[in-house]
Parts: sequence; C-alpha cells; structure tokens
Amino acid sequence: MSLRIVVCVKYVPDATGDRRFADDTTTDREGVDGLLSELDEYGVEQALRIAEASGDAEVTVLTVGPDDAKDALRKALSMGADKAVHVNDDDIHGTDVIGTSAIIAKALDKVGYDLVVCGMASTDGTMGVLPALLAERLGLPQVTLLSEVSVEGGVVKGRRDGDAATEQVEAELPAVVSVTDQSGEARYPSFKGIMAAKKKPVQSLDLDDLDIEADEVGLAGSWTAVEAVAARPARTAGTIVKDEGEGGKQLATYLAEQKFI
Amino acid sequence: MGEILVLVDHADGAVRKPALELLTLARRIGEPSAVVLGAGSAAAEIAAKAGEYGAAKVYVADGAEFADLLVVPKVDALTQIAKAADAAAVLVTSSGEGKEIAARVALRLGSGIITDAVDLEAGDGGPVATQSVFAASFQVKSKVTKGAPVITVKPNSTSPEAAPAAGAVENVTVEFTGKAAKVTSRTPRVSSGRPELTEAAIVVSGGRGVGAKEGFGVVEELADALGAAVGASRAAVDAGWYPHTNQVGQTGKQVSPQLYVAAGISGAIQHRAGMQTSKTIVAINKDPEAPIFELVDYGVVGDLFTVLPQLTGEVKARKG
Ligand SMILES: Cc1cc2nc3c(=O)[nH]c(=O)nc-3n(C[C@H](O)[C@H](O)[C@H](O)COP(=O)(O)OP(=O)(O)OC[C@H]3O[C@@H](n4cnc5c(N)ncnc54)[C@H](O)[C@@H]3O)c2cc1C
Ligand SMILES: Nc1ncnc2c1ncn2[C@@H]1O[C@H](COP(=O)(O)O)[C@@H](O)[C@H]1O
Repeated sequence: MSLRIVVCVKYVPDATGDRRFADDTTTDREGVDGLLSELDEYGVEQALRIAEASGDAEVTVLTVGPDDAKDALRKALSMGADKAVHVNDDDIHGTDVIGTSAIIAKALDKVGYDLVVCGMASTDGTMGVLPALLAERLGLPQVTLLSEVSVEGGVVKGRRDGDAATEQVEAELPAVVSVTDQSGEARYPSFKGIMAAKKKPVQSLDLDDLDIEADEVGLAGSWTAVEAVAARPARTAGTIVKDEGEGGKQLATYLAEQKFI
Repeated sequence: MGEILVLVDHADGAVRKPALELLTLARRIGEPSAVVLGAGSAAAEIAAKAGEYGAAKVYVADGAEFADLLVVPKVDALTQIAKAADAAAVLVTSSGEGKEIAARVALRLGSGIITDAVDLEAGDGGPVATQSVFAASFQVKSKVTKGAPVITVKPNSTSPEAAPAAGAVENVTVEFTGKAAKVTSRTPRVSSGRPELTEAAIVVSGGRGVGAKEGFGVVEELADALGAAVGASRAAVDAGWYPHTNQVGQTGKQVSPQLYVAAGISGAIQHRAGMQTSKTIVAINKDPEAPIFELVDYGVVGDLFTVLPQLTGEVKARKG
C-alpha cells in the first residue's frame, strides 16, 4: 500500500514586497503579490525526498486560501507533488489559526493520509503552531521542528534542535511532521516539472464539502480579535559616518554617550 | 482578578530569565501562579525563585514523561492545572516548544491563542497583547475573545522585577494522555559561556561580511568586551561559520536587546524580522547602500576588520 503524504502549504504575501493589512485588519492577500511560503517549500522538498526513498508514495499538497492560492499549489506541483487539494470558500476569509486547523483537519480526513508534513511556520503569521494543533485535533503524535527527517518501516524519525538541547525524536505513522529551513535546500521546478504540473489534478473543496458551518470560521468565528493596527513609527534617521581611520573610536564615543560602555 | 498561570521555563535546574519576565507581566493582569514541570530535584529551588517574583502558588509536577515524550505531557499538565485552578489566563514563553504547548492547551481549554506578544496590559475585556508583525513593520494590539486567554510572550519583553509572594508549593499528579513522539536521545547544548542570545542586553552579530569562520574572532572579541551575546545572519550560518542556535532572524532567534551591533550584515527583511525591535541599532558595513543603514541609530561605513578591533580596544580602555 502506497504511503500517502499530504503537505500543508500556505499562500502568503511576498515578504520582500509591501505587506499590509486590509481595512478589516486581516492580512491583505488581494492587493499584494503572493507566493508559496518559502518555509513550506522545505515541507514539499522533504515530502518528495521521503516519497523518493519509499519508492511507493503519493504526495498531495493541500492549501486553505483564496483563488490566488492556486499559484502556491502549482509551484508545489511543479516541484514534483502528484496532486493538489484547494480548500476555498468566501466564508473562510479572516479565520484564525484555531479555525484554520479545524478546516485542515477535516480536509485531511477527507483526503486520507499516513504522513502530514508542514513547514515550521508561515512567513506571514509566523505562529508556528498549526502543526501542533493538527496533531491535537487528529489525535496523532507531533514530530515537529525537524532539521532532519526520514521515514522507515512505518516510523518517522528526526532531529529537533531546541533551545536547550538537540533531540532525536520518533513516532509511528500516522503522524504530523514539521520541518525547518535547516532540513535541506528545496529544489527548483524544472521546465519539465512546470509543464507536467499543468496537467496534474487540483481538487477544490468548500466548507460544505467539509461539513463546516460558516460561523465556525471567518472573522466572526475567531477566538481572537485585533483591536488596533499601527505602522511602526519609522526609526529616526541615524548618524552615518565613513571610517577614515577613526570609525571604531567614533562608534565607541557614541556607545559611551548612550551609556553602553 | 483570577489566577494567571505562568509556565516556568527552566534549564539545567535553573529558572530561565524569560520566566521571571512572564511573572512580572502576569502581575499586571492578575495573580501569578507558577507551573514547574519536570524539574526533578531542582523544583524546590525553582519554586522559591518563582515566589520571589510574585507567584502566590507554585504547581509542581514531575515524571519521566516530561523528558521522554515530546510536548504532550506538558500540554496534559498545564491543561489539567488550568482547569483545576479555573485560571484566568495562561502565559508561556515564546519559543518553538513554548508556542506548540500553548496552542494545544488553548485548543483543549477552548481558548483563543495569541503568540509572540511583546507587551501585555490589562484591558476591559481581558488582557491586551501587543505584537510586532511583518518583520516588525507593524504593531498590532489584540485580545482573546473566547475562553481564558493563552498568550505566548517573547523573551526580553520586559525587565524582571522581584515582588515576593508566598510561593506555596502544590504537588500535582498528572494524568498523561494523547499520542506523543518519543525522545530517543538528547544532547544538551554546550554553553558558550556568553549570555543567552534572546536574554542578552547587548548582541553583536556577524554576517557574510565576516568572510570565514575565523572572521568571527573579531565579532567575539567585541562581544566579550561588551559582555554581549554573539549572533549571526543566516548567510553566515549557512556557510557553516557559526552555529544555527545563534542565528538571528525570522527562522532563527528573535532578539530585542538594548543594543544590537550588526557587522557585515546587509539587513535583509528576514534578518530584520529578528532584530528590528532592538532599542539601539548600530551597524558596520563597507557598502554605504546596505539596507541595514536605514535602521541604524549609528552606522559606520567601513571594513569591519579595522572598525571592530579599534572599537574593542576603545571599549576595553574605557572600561579600564
Ligand atoms: C524564508 C526565509 C527565511 C530566512 N530567515 C533568515 C533569518 O532568520 N536570519 C537571517 O539573517 N536571514 C534569513 N534569511 C536570509 C536573508 O534573506 C538574507 O539572505 C541574509 O540575511 C543575508 O545575510 P548577510 O546580511 O550576512 O549577507 P549579505 O546579504 O551577503 O550581506 C553581507 C554584507 O556584508 C558587507 N560586507 C562584506 N565584507 C565586509 C567587510 N569586510 N566589512 C564590512 N562589511 C562587509 C556587504 O557590504 C554586505 O552588505 C531568510 C530567507 C528566507 C527566504
Ligand atoms: N492556510 C493554510 N493552508 C495550508 N497549510 C497551512 C495554512 N496555514 C498554515 N499552514 C501550515 O502550517 C504551518 C505553520 O503555520 P503557522 O502556524 O500559521 O505559522 C505552515 O508552514 C503550513 O505548513
């Protein structure tokens, strides 16, 4: 029986572009350029490597997001994933991470999986909690924040670099994994991959398909509320000096004035 | 105002500074109680410290599970204690693990979660958290609208202030549930002897401009003269010049020291995401167009291999 791997990927505003909030204080995903979260490319990469090593695996990429999120799925398909699932519904707009985890958990159950792979965090929300929430909802072990990962004989193993220690961790499948950007460079889609991706199936699901009521998600169903959003005041222009032999001393004088020395 | 549970982060039998910061913040929104998990024989000492910083109660739970299984035992313990105490809020340090624990506890309690708060204050409808988002280009104030708020707070969000309280220890027996990954081995990080990156008042970081592993010598010498932690950009880490544990930025540590010194770092958005909230920023870069100069309070356009040693010499001379 082939190993069913599902990679959760997010479509995010380009970090090098102008990210902002829409009037309803949600992340503006429409007026800005978006892309497959770079941190989720690592998830796709590890899923593909695990599939290659297994020889008999199928990689599905799954996203919850607006119409444009298709771009993220296409990118993942062009890297080599086999098929895609797009959960898209106007009522999802503004859903918080708790709600998103509910949607993804239901979608995973519908699609079927042995291994769920996530990125370490989305590059817009940067919460890094969705994989843990999925594990909680699905009743699966979480094997998260891995810098190395492998699957053998129905067991997923990996290295987790924590603050205080490096741990070797393992769990039996099914399991939820997340991988860090230390796990290995993601491949670039080849021309052949890009062409092939155009013919790969993308299944669309809406809330009805997942038996989720509109009021369980969206801004109204959120368990948190944003009260205020403000652009951080621009830092006041600093002093810039050119080193002409005294740069280190000038810097020392500045640091002494600021009482750092 | 009800009990505010603070999950106490500890390592090597000692409280870590962010836990004391959480206790300090917790006092703004209610009465802090500390939760000390898997501390073994160090629990009593940790509990005493928590008491010094305002914990009226200290819930202590121990067991091999905390070390042998990933995340879930701490979720079990914290949820059980929060329910029993009818906690008004739960505070956890924002680390990779801290956020995972907090999220699962929130789901079990039916509570909303806010991660990576940099400030916390009492509000009409419960605590209001300040977050810094999009690489710190925006400040967002938000609150939890359902259940007892679960909030993770970044290290260095406030300075710890002692406020002695009873610190009465209550031993808790935890019912462990759920499926967890096994931890099959653990290698503690060897301390560099320098301050913790996320806790340090001063951070000196080197980037690709440092040029080689050996190049970090000038960065470390300045750091030692200032009593600072050493950071690195991802470019320097990817090149193998410095360990990943020292990486500053979006996928490394997020630091917010009093002083951040960037040497040979261009200032990419992902690096900024980890240091832009530093109080004072200085940079040394030989390219006057480097984006890091948009952030600095003081910048030196020059070669770090001449500027840093001169600065280190001055610091040593001035400190006597
Ligand atoms: C998803 C994602 C996550 C990322 N996460 C992080 C992260 O957490 N942290 C991070 O740092 N980056 C991160 N990055 C990478 C980031 O985009 C940059 O590539 C990286 O920060 C560049 O590092 P750098 O400034 O050291 O190198 P460069 O951009 O190459 O800059 C080197 C600088 O050194 C200067 N220089 C060279 N020689 C000297 C000298 N002798 N004296 C003085 N100056 C000199 C140069 O003028 C230049 O400005 C991430 C990227 C992505 C896509
Ligand atoms: N809308 C989404 N659709 C699919 N996967 C997601 C979505 N949001 C988050 N994820 C996954 O969860 C990981 C962590 O996200 P977060 O907790 O939001 O930082 C990401 O790297 C993705 O793998």
